[in-house]
Amino acid sequence: MRTFRILFMLAWRNLWRNHRRTLIMLAAIGVGIWAMIFMTALTQGMVNEMIKDGISALPGEVQVHNPAYLDDPNINNLIATPDSELEKKFTGAGLVQWATRIKVPAVITSERESRGVTLLGIDPQRELGMTFIDLDNIDGRFLEDAADNAVVIGRKLATTLETEVGKRIVLMSQDPDNEIADRGFRVVGLFGASQESFEETYVFAGKETLQKLLKIGDHVTEVVVSGGDYRNVEPVFEKVSALVDEDLQVSRWTDLDSYLGTMLKVMDGFVLVWVIVIFLALSFGLVNTLVMAVFERVREIGLMLALGMRPSSILGQIVIESMLLLFLGMFIGNVLAWLTIIPLQGGIDISIVAEGMEMMGASSVLVPQLRLQDVILANCVVLVLGFLASLSPAWRASRYEPIEAITKAN
Amino acid sequence: MGLIFRLAWRNLWRQPKRTWLTIGAMLFSNVLLIFMMSLQFGMYGLMIENTLKAFTGHMQVQAEGYVDDQKMRQVVPDVRALASTLREELNSENVAARARGFVLASSEERSYGIAVLGVEPAFEPVVSSVPGLVKQGRYLDSYDAAEIVVGAVLARNLKVGLGDEITLLCSGLDGSFAATVVNVVGIFDSGIAELDRSIAEIPLGHFQDVFYMEGAGHEIVINAPDVEQAPALEARVQGLLPAGKDLVVQDWNRLQPGLKQAIQADMSSSFFTYGILVVLVSFSVLNTQLMSVLERTREFGITMALGLKPQRLGWLVMLETCLMGSIGVVLGALLGALLTSYFSSNGLVLPGMEEMAAQFNLPVRMYPRITLLSLLAGPLVVFSFSLLAAIYPAVRLRWLQPVQAMRAA
Repeated sequence: MRTFRILFMLAWRNLWRNHRRTLIMLAAIGVGIWAMIFMTALTQGMVNEMIKDGISALPGEVQVHNPAYLDDPNINNLIATPDSELEKKFTGAGLVQWATRIKVPAVITSERESRGVTLLGIDPQRELGMTFIDLDNIDGRFLEDAADNAVVIGRKLATTLETEVGKRIVLMSQDPDNEIADRGFRVVGLFGASQESFEETYVFAGKETLQKLLKIGDHVTEVVVSGGDYRNVEPVFEKVSALVDEDLQVSRWTDLDSYLGTMLKVMDGFVLVWVIVIFLALSFGLVNTLVMAVFERVREIGLMLALGMRPSSILGQIVIESMLLLFLGMFIGNVLAWLTIIPLQGGIDISIVAEGMEMMGASSVLVPQLRLQDVILANCVVLVLGFLASLSPAWRASRYEPIEAITKAN
Repeated sequence: MGLIFRLAWRNLWRQPKRTWLTIGAMLFSNVLLIFMMSLQFGMYGLMIENTLKAFTGHMQVQAEGYVDDQKMRQVVPDVRALASTLREELNSENVAARARGFVLASSEERSYGIAVLGVEPAFEPVVSSVPGLVKQGRYLDSYDAAEIVVGAVLARNLKVGLGDEITLLCSGLDGSFAATVVNVVGIFDSGIAELDRSIAEIPLGHFQDVFYMEGAGHEIVINAPDVEQAPALEARVQGLLPAGKDLVVQDWNRLQPGLKQAIQADMSSSFFTYGILVVLVSFSVLNTQLMSVLERTREFGITMALGLKPQRLGWLVMLETCLMGSIGVVLGALLGALLTSYFSSNGLVLPGMEEMAAQFNLPVRMYPRITLLSLLAGPLVVFSFSLLAAIYPAVRLRWLQPVQAMRAA
């Protein structure tokens, strides 16, 4: 322990013998760590937004369908389990947030225009907290109950169709016998969404109204269940799989939207690659500094060895010096990262490239997301790799032949 | 000059390990920059090409406002005549007229809402990649037959095959109810599910009959030989449009606004990455040069006492950096080009990228594209920043006092 204290003191003093070099190195490490954390936080923020938007487009982290529905989203591929039965099962298993829906392709027609849309028949009470619709951001009103006779459409779609709250539109779809099922609806509300494509695509109607229109009794096309944490869907997935009939297909959201699913996986890998690349760029400077520090002190190291200091202590001294440098740099970098990320918590407006971000599936406000595990990852990588990088110069120094080293001319 | 040069060169190799470590830092970032930039340029090129060649083309003549609203009645009157005039005037086959509508398509068993394009069968294959992707049956061949070509996913969803009938229900230009029965003659498979699910093509003449278009259409697609030549062509087309009909030429950037922005967003995040790399290398250079100047304090003191001006010493330090940087640029460009050309002939597949690639209409295997810009931009920026970093150690020499410097330990 005493040796360690002495080595620590030696290392600390050596560090400041050439304070310019140390300061430059600290700046480099600080910037490196800052970049690792800051960039990671931005990326995670973006992925987070994408996933939030993505999941809200098909709300519910776990969904149950008729196995044929996913490939052929048609009114013939239904789920026959009545709500009351689901209610009993789900409540028993502690699953509270769930809903049944009808989701079918349809054509919407105003006096002026027609468009293809996705028609969603929902039970508004059940959907609370699960839809992407911000209920405060609605012109007019949202649907009141499952038997509501009106529809709510997106603002963008309303503009295209040249319709407005209070006007009527016609929805056309098919019933199970492929008879055209159509009827007029009154538009009672317009919703806004973070992505324009949602406003163009989705039309909401009452579930029971649609069941009547499509002549499907009390059947639905999907059951959706939410557990509250989209990064951890496995528990909900397992519970639901155990509860529903075996001939139904249970999917996680990562299976349904494979783009987002891979995105989530790829990004975790990306963070590691990014951290390592930055470290490599740093490592040249780090090794250089240590090599120089050892080189300047060859005679001194020779003297210490001649006086009986063990080679392992020399090695320890250099490694401690390097670790001190890294710790100080890491401290600076982490504080810097924290200081830059905190003021940005309100979100960075990147609406200049909004449509490009929409193509990637992201919205136009970027909120950096500082995750503890990313910060730990960055710091650990730097520490471990930094330790490894400093071993070689330190090893070299500890192997000097005392006489040769002392007599070496500078 | 020769002397200074020789001095600089020799000084560089007094501490070979340090010099190589510094050059190593430069090499690392140069190679990385070259590879990444080539990969990006290759990717952007493909992204633009693949997205535009499906339907959009390099530019389109449309009614004013159609690009935003896509309303049925925002038409180009006499679209076929205008297209053939443009073809003659531009002396190019790369012009095709289209009309576009939304319909409910019903087969025996199924109904889906889709977009239907009315196309000129003779010219559509020139401007769009879709006719070439017909995997079953044939493409349309007559100007006004009741025929349809549908995407593979749509065919599967509608449960139709070649020779089956599809009923199209829609509202015509005047808002009246319109319907037609068409025969499936071909099925295309682009591999882009969104496209294969939601689009069908019928002959323009038949489209105009069914939708009561009275000869009108919605867009005339025009392609330049490549994207770079599009702006020049756009100006020419602009001059050829009949006056007073509210027609405009929309370039691809206006037609696919997401594309350029996605590229910009991607570029700005990568430039941040590159910037950090360059800054880290500069720190490395600053450190090295500062050390090498401090080491030589005595030596510099002597040379100054012998009458050498501090400016000359400053230039010596800059020259050393310059030499070091040049080695970095040359070796970096060489290694970078080697690495990149290996991947540009063999392609690069990143695990787990398939889904992401599909989102941007990219193939799974990507080929970096080396250009003079991607080869030199990165290394030259690193070089310039290295020089910038060396300014501080070089300028410090001005305040060096010969007598004190000679006494320095």
